[in-house]
Amino acid sequence: MKNRITCIGANTFREAVRDRVLYNLIAFALLLTGAAVLVGQISIDIEKLVVINLGLTAVSLFGVVIAIFVGIGLVSKEIEKRTLYTVLSRPVRRWEFIVGKFFGLAGTLLVNTLCMAVGVFFALLYVSHHLQKPDSWVLVALYFIILQFLIVTALALLFSSFSSPIMSAVFAFALFIIGSFSEDLRGFAAMTKGITHWLALGAAYLIPNLSALNVISSVAHGEAVARSLIIYNTAYSLLYAAMAVCGAVLIFEHRNLK
Amino acid sequence: MTASQRITITSSILLVFLLLASTLTLRRLDRLRTGSTLQEVLYLPSPKIVKSLSLGYDGLVADIYWTRAVQYFGGHHAAGNEHYRLLAPLLEITTYLDPHLLPPYEFGANFLAPPPPNGAGDPARAVALVERGIQANPDQWKLYYNLGFIYYLEIHDYARAARAFERGSQAPGAHPFVRILAAKMAQHAGDIETARMLWITTYESAHDKQIKANAVAHLRALQADAEVIALEKMVDEYRARMGHWPTNLAQLVSTGMLNGIPLDPTGRPYKLMPYGHVEVANPDDIPFITQGTPPGYKAPKVTAKQLGLTE
Repeated sequence: MKNRITCIGANTFREAVRDRVLYNLIAFALLLTGAAVLVGQISIDIEKLVVINLGLTAVSLFGVVIAIFVGIGLVSKEIEKRTLYTVLSRPVRRWEFIVGKFFGLAGTLLVNTLCMAVGVFFALLYVSHHLQKPDSWVLVALYFIILQFLIVTALALLFSSFSSPIMSAVFAFALFIIGSFSEDLRGFAAMTKGITHWLALGAAYLIPNLSALNVISSVAHGEAVARSLIIYNTAYSLLYAAMAVCGAVLIFEHRNLK
Repeated sequence: MTASQRITITSSILLVFLLLASTLTLRRLDRLRTGSTLQEVLYLPSPKIVKSLSLGYDGLVADIYWTRAVQYFGGHHAAGNEHYRLLAPLLEITTYLDPHLLPPYEFGANFLAPPPPNGAGDPARAVALVERGIQANPDQWKLYYNLGFIYYLEIHDYARAARAFERGSQAPGAHPFVRILAAKMAQHAGDIETARMLWITTYESAHDKQIKANAVAHLRALQADAEVIALEKMVDEYRARMGHWPTNLAQLVSTGMLNGIPLDPTGRPYKLMPYGHVEVANPDDIPFITQGTPPGYKAPKVTAKQLGLTE
């Protein structure tokens, strides 16, 4: 079983590389180099801030776009190309296929993020000439971004398991945007009363909480991230991603592939 | 049981478990980041940019901004926070997006004007907000009434209040009291009867139960104020007649000046303190009271419970 999931995961990773997904790294490198050089010339004393803010934001947005656009095609493309039937005619269960696809894309994003992280630290080194201790919090922000990718990948896979690629992209993007404001939503829900309160609260808790995973601004100012936040964000992201993958497994298990 | 059924059952159980676990984790996360919900973030401070970004759906965006302003004020008020930094910008964005949306002018001005802890203590911006509302909606008598209300109660500029009520009385459908208020401002500004008329107009013209409850609370306070003033006057008369202060209100009853021990709006008897000072039994139970309180009394923040709004 473990072997089969690893095989599907590795294939997904290879396929993403073949699809030139990692080409985004070139755009990222150009963006960061440009910003590092340009901002130093046209602004005062915010070079480091811009490199961290722009770098981490680009890591996050590039990754989310990849997670969504690759994620939505994970199942539908296999059906379209009819390769899914070849895979499922072998001793591979449907759930193994979904879980393998998830790990494959998550692995792609992890590699992509690690490359970008190296770029961010190089740019940091270029603008500030030496790294300081507070810069290590950038690593935590990057870790949170990877957790964010896990959630978005799982959601894209969930939508891909029952919907068309376009609709999956719309759903996943909408949830990503709503999830970025999820704390406000829960705040609003908490102020309602009666049955509305419970319905609003239920919906607010069902939406992924992506705002807690965004610590870019604070780490740009060298602020520390609480250990408890790291622990709970990790637990939450893993649970939520697992839940979405579970949902995808459940739907895909009953999907008529004829 | 087939393999597919086993997978369905297992993944269903797992799904429910993960949903519960993620919800519980999220609750812990929320407790860790208590200041993060409805935080001090305006996102976009310029009304013009917000309008451009709304892609023509400015009505809906205005509704969202108004809701955000209400929740911002409510959240800060409930938390006992005395600073409402984002309230005015939120209201300004809302009214820029939809100048014909009336609640932000009417209620928003009442959030802005009163001094903390019951408001943002910014009557100048409240006046500016309502003036903008009047410019965009010149036929809405309630806006002139609100303007006069702020001038009267918060700024104590009775001449401007009179002018606002006068303009309001000429708007279509204006409450008959508005014309009387305009007239009263000249001679009786600052007296309890005028204030009573203001709150009665508010009560009668409001549809929102919180506004009505607030008006009732003010009317109760005004009743207590009026009764305390009347009782203290009687105590003075007693002293003038008898040559000494009465030690309790029963002495006024025995001399026939009172028919019985008077009760405050909470139903408890008024207390006579040394040197003819009359006090209510518990001023905390009569929000907005200005008379009949112990020396140095500081009124607590008015809560929804005090206004009878919680079950």
